[in-house]
Amino acid sequence: MPSKLKNFELSRYSIFIILVVVFVAASFLSPNFLSGDNMFNVLRQVAVITILAYGAMTLIIGGMIDLSAGAVMAFAGVASVIVYKSSNNMLLAVLVGIAVGVACNLVNAFLVATLRTPAFIVTLGMMLMARGAVLELTQGQNVLQLGDFILIGQGNLGWMPIPVLILIVITAVIWYLMNQTRYGRSVYAVGGNEEAARAAGIAVERVKYQAFLVNGVLVGIAGVIFMSRVNAGLPNAGIGYELQAITAPIIGGTSFSGGVGTVFGTLAGALIVGVLGNIMNLVGVGSYIQQIVMGLIIVVAVAYDVFSKRGKAKTTILKSTSKGEPKPPEGKAPATSGASTLEQ
Amino acid sequence: MSDTALSIRGISKSFPGVKALDDVSFDVRPGSVHAFCGENGAGKSTLMKIINGIYQPDTGTIRIRGEEVRIKNPIEARAHGVAMISQELNYVPEMTIAESFFLGRLPVKHGRVNWGFIRSEASRVLKEEGLNFSINRRLSTLTVSEIQTLEIARAVYHSADVLIMDEPTSAIAHKEVESLFEKIRALRAEGKSIIYISHKMDEVFELADDISVLRDGTVVSSQPARDITSAGVIAQMVGRDLDHQSYPKEAVSLGDTVFRASGLSSEHTFEDISFDIRAGEIVGLAGLIGAGRSEVVRAVFGLDPLDAGTVEVNGVAVKTTTPKQAIGHGIAMLSEDRRLVGIIPKLSIKKNATLASLNKVFRGGFARTRVEEKLVDAYFKKMNVKAPSNETRIESLSGGNQQKVLLARWLIADPKVMLLDEPTRGIDVGAKFEIYKIMTELARQGRGILMISSELPELIGMCDRIFVMSAGRLTAELTPDQFSQETILKYAMNEIEVA
Repeated sequence: MPSKLKNFELSRYSIFIILVVVFVAASFLSPNFLSGDNMFNVLRQVAVITILAYGAMTLIIGGMIDLSAGAVMAFAGVASVIVYKSSNNMLLAVLVGIAVGVACNLVNAFLVATLRTPAFIVTLGMMLMARGAVLELTQGQNVLQLGDFILIGQGNLGWMPIPVLILIVITAVIWYLMNQTRYGRSVYAVGGNEEAARAAGIAVERVKYQAFLVNGVLVGIAGVIFMSRVNAGLPNAGIGYELQAITAPIIGGTSFSGGVGTVFGTLAGALIVGVLGNIMNLVGVGSYIQQIVMGLIIVVAVAYDVFSKRGKAKTTILKSTSKGEPKPPEGKAPATSGASTLEQ
Repeated sequence: MSDTALSIRGISKSFPGVKALDDVSFDVRPGSVHAFCGENGAGKSTLMKIINGIYQPDTGTIRIRGEEVRIKNPIEARAHGVAMISQELNYVPEMTIAESFFLGRLPVKHGRVNWGFIRSEASRVLKEEGLNFSINRRLSTLTVSEIQTLEIARAVYHSADVLIMDEPTSAIAHKEVESLFEKIRALRAEGKSIIYISHKMDEVFELADDISVLRDGTVVSSQPARDITSAGVIAQMVGRDLDHQSYPKEAVSLGDTVFRASGLSSEHTFEDISFDIRAGEIVGLAGLIGAGRSEVVRAVFGLDPLDAGTVEVNGVAVKTTTPKQAIGHGIAMLSEDRRLVGIIPKLSIKKNATLASLNKVFRGGFARTRVEEKLVDAYFKKMNVKAPSNETRIESLSGGNQQKVLLARWLIADPKVMLLDEPTRGIDVGAKFEIYKIMTELARQGRGILMISSELPELIGMCDRIFVMSAGRLTAELTPDQFSQETILKYAMNEIEVA
């Protein structure tokens, strides 16, 4: 038992250890890395992806996925920019951005939860539709000269960059939702075993709607921050962001089969990616090589995760057989504890 | 030449924690139908899987036509002339009839599949079988009975001498049964041997030349059918020694009716099911696998739709179209399928235990961690859950301990009625006894309990009344003076007697 406990702790905290290692290594590799400017720069850069990653994490824990995040983010951001340019009303513009994110995600939720279509397919369709919509809206042209709109992405509140402030607030809110509310507990249950969750009285469909709703708000906010930071409404923004958004929670220990994952794990995953990207820029690694490195990290992180869990599952099987759970010789083939290994 | 088609000597097979077969021996004569009878769990399927090469016996020998063989897999079994027509037919739905006929042994000519041969052979056999549909039809367009006929034809075509049929009539309509029987008789006349497994006594006595009875993994009798009666077979199936079993059953004074179901029906599964449960009462629901017992409780609990019928709790009609509604009305259900409809494997014991009572944990905007801790701790100790802590993931517990956590989940939710589907299946004896004690305690608290079980001694030992289902209908309501395994089995097996 003690060795098993040690294993457990290690895999639970290994992501944070890796973050520290990467951080320390980066500070040795480049003297500029630890400067306050660079730190805020890293955080400013990861803010958008991390916000998207919280949405992706929520859905993955709930047994779903969102491939439309990048496209919907562009749609929401550009819509927000257009509203701002015509109304000069910052609050209205932000609300419209969030509303677009929410609307697209409620369509996703309707198809996934009510019509029971696989989320992968639904959000793939939404990715195309949202991208088409934003390109049609702008006729493919970038919207320029945003005026004060850039404050959200580029401004500071005191010494604190506003995107970083927003990220901190959102981190706290998502942590609260996942850990302190009935909704959060239900998301874990639905993703962990949908049938069992339903049989325990959880309104599975409603939980799925709620998860997409949360994702919609996050994608909308990410869109607003993104456009504001680049000082333009770019209809082609965010291509591939949906996959980057999935990367962070997966590196941070969220299980792709659902039911497992933490907010701080996702934050650590996003920071690892951000710090690695930053240090590679600082020491002059080319962007092509950077892609290779990022790909490697994903593969290694997940392979390590599966590998360490397989070890655990084995001890589980041994334990349950030694306690004498007989395999019923008649009737349905029983799913033994081995099933949990197969899911990984 | 030997005078046995198949001869089994001293076969034993153990699985972790259970001895499935113990020194099994019997002979199957050529040109005969040999029936196997036994309760659920007696070892019939294990035995057949050994003959078909799916399992390897720990000890013992198999002889086919006098020659000792080792059957390592179903392909070798077929090479020895043994074919199994399984209970749930295995087939690839999108495959054509012609392809399926040669599945696993496509004839090859010059390195390529010989489609011409396949088509001509398949259509010849279809014609012989009197099945006039195109060989290009996909299996998914055929009825179960047609697929079964095809499987038999295929087995015979590939020169099977011993055909194992596991509950072949369980999924086909009444009139199709007669043509299946004709087919079986024709095969027998050709000198083939058929091993016929069935729960249905009338079928067994209509077809069988010999009957073997299995009980708890041993053959209790193997004899010509004319030497034994249907009552005799049933007596042998159940005849276990009851004295060493004792149940912690207590007499509880019964209160008012807490639960009443009237006229429950669901197309093709069950019809016109009515029963009631009084406060403090443990009511049994007996029946064979496939009788529709689990389906009834699933429908009552809102997991499956009901076509007709009403559910009352404490005399008030309630709607239970979702489990959430059912729970809201004080109904709880423990599923027979602990892994699929019970545990959330990756969540902790604690989170699994409070899952049906989240309104007690999350109140006032935050998780009330201490309340949750207290709720769980109380049951954790009372039920003697063996785990390092209640933060342990439930997937790492043994089956019995998982079941205790799931029971705790419902106790925390504090229901009036508990529907327990096979609450002790697949768990060890010690844990079983603890679950009986919990049930007794629940009854004493005035809850109404419905218990589905395939273990008759358990039903007899724990219940105040037992309802029996057969083929989707209620066939009996028994009071303790009528409790006996023979009586229950009689009603569980009779299909026709009920109007």
